[in-house]
Amino acid sequence: MSIEDFDPIRIRKDFPALDQTVHGRPLAYLDNAATSQKPRAVLDVLSEYYEKDNANVHRGIHELSRRATVAFEAAREKVASWINASSAAECVWTRGTTEAINLVATAWGLDHVSEGDEILISVMEHHSNIVPWQLLAARTGATLKYIEIDDEGRLVLDGLEALLTERTKIVSISDVSNSLGTINPVKTIVDASRAVGAIVMVDGAQGIVHTKVDVQDLGCDFYAFGGHKMCGPTGVGVLWGRLELLEAMAPFQGGGEMIQIVGRDKSSWAAVPHKFEAGTPNIAGAIGLGAAVDYLSKIGTKAISIHENELMAYAMEQLSLIPGLRIFGPSSLDDRSAVISFTMGDAHPHDISTILDTEGVAIRAGHHCAQLVMKHFGVPATARASFYLYSTREDVDRLVKGLDQVAVIFS
Amino acid sequence: METPQLSSLYQQLILEHYRNPRNKAELEEKTVEIHMANPVCGDEIRLQLRIEGTRIEDVKFLGSGCSISQASVSMMTVRLKGSNLDQADELAKRFTDMMHGDESAAKEKSLGDLRALQGVSKFPVRIKCALLGFDALQEALKKEAGVVEEGPT
Ligand SMILES: Cc1ncc(COP(=O)(O)O)c(C=O)c1O
Repeated sequence: MSIEDFDPIRIRKDFPALDQTVHGRPLAYLDNAATSQKPRAVLDVLSEYYEKDNANVHRGIHELSRRATVAFEAAREKVASWINASSAAECVWTRGTTEAINLVATAWGLDHVSEGDEILISVMEHHSNIVPWQLLAARTGATLKYIEIDDEGRLVLDGLEALLTERTKIVSISDVSNSLGTINPVKTIVDASRAVGAIVMVDGAQGIVHTKVDVQDLGCDFYAFGGHKMCGPTGVGVLWGRLELLEAMAPFQGGGEMIQIVGRDKSSWAAVPHKFEAGTPNIAGAIGLGAAVDYLSKIGTKAISIHENELMAYAMEQLSLIPGLRIFGPSSLDDRSAVISFTMGDAHPHDISTILDTEGVAIRAGHHCAQLVMKHFGVPATARASFYLYSTREDVDRLVKGLDQVAVIFS
Repeated sequence: METPQLSSLYQQLILEHYRNPRNKAELEEKTVEIHMANPVCGDEIRLQLRIEGTRIEDVKFLGSGCSISQASVSMMTVRLKGSNLDQADELAKRFTDMMHGDESAAKEKSLGDLRALQGVSKFPVRIKCALLGFDALQEALKKEAGVVEEGPT
């Protein structure tokens, strides 16, 4: 689809869940940073798989098992070319972003990080890119260090050289923040980390949704993302890793699928990526994620991001007109993805969310799994509106109208 | 689902307690303190009581959160001051009943201002907010009972 042909109104028709009323009002779904809705193309592939091809993968000689395996591996190929991996073997299916990060923190971390070593992350990380590293630090005696953030929610990179030492073993950073929308200069961080010989992991849960990701161009070592925020099903995600790193790593979990030969005392492992895929995987989920990649490829990341930027400009302008409304995160739209975190006067974000919900407007309220960010800004929680390819100006107008209602109640 | 009425939720009395919480301060000479948080949303309180014998001599709280959680704790402390432990337990039970839709509980005078929170029962995701303070109270009572049971008689 060309950029001129992009039409969110037509795109909305692809998403059955958007076509409903909530508390008597048409749904304005603005909680996309938590999870996206799913297009018909993905839903159809899921039911078709269960209706026709359902069988376990890599385990049967019969026809259904062959079809399931072919579809499962074809989805891996689609995902690999979507992020420009050098080969599909570099893409490990996981349960989601969280499991992908835990896989690296465990399987890579326990063998490469020891007492006195350092792990570097940032204050703006999602809990799933903090806690696995805390666990690793506690198990190994390593130190967890943080890149700070400034008042606009940007990483403070001035002191980066000082934070990186020859003891820094791994740096793990998100490309886009879920709580603030900040787009981080990943390449700068990769270059600086390389200089001290550290490995770089990117939490791409949000980045994969809003930007064109090319893992080779980024230059990182691991890239983690999930399917459910990019039109795919829940319960499936991907760990991309450099082949030589994955090959040198010990397994994460043990079980079926990941072995070559099992003996009484010892076993040998299957080749990557299967070495990291113990047990029956989320077959339908993987195939559904492949269908989501097909769907998004047809529309084009470029067209989606132009649409989101236009919408963000409109939303930021409209919201900044509301008295008492404070917006968090970068003021420049160039550094910001399709997320607006805000507070409003003394109305608590939960109260804002309840009031909007009765108007049919779905937003998120809370700490967004980023308690360190909340602490930095001295607020217990924020309200967050987040947009995607099917969001419209009308959604923004509905949000603003709902916030007028908040102002009335909390006047 | 039927659309719940916002006006039944955000009553003036609730907003008034939210903005001017009663008994929100550190309690000197507390005998029991419970920290209670709702990890889903970050609401958080510290409930502090001074219990002498079976009587709640004083009660205060600290914390932050939404209008419902904070108003509920504030109203609760007003009812608790000077009551005995059995009455406190009964208050927590009746309030919980009201949150779960018991209309008779909502008519009880003993609940005082807390009756203004009846509307919360129509907003299932907010019931936890209203119960935060009472969950802390019930923890405190359990702790107190434990102390009594373990002590010499
Ligand atoms: C930046 C970021 N990292 C990690 C995650 C965790 O993703 P999941 O819960 O799907 O594993 C999320 C999603 O909430 C996120 O936004």
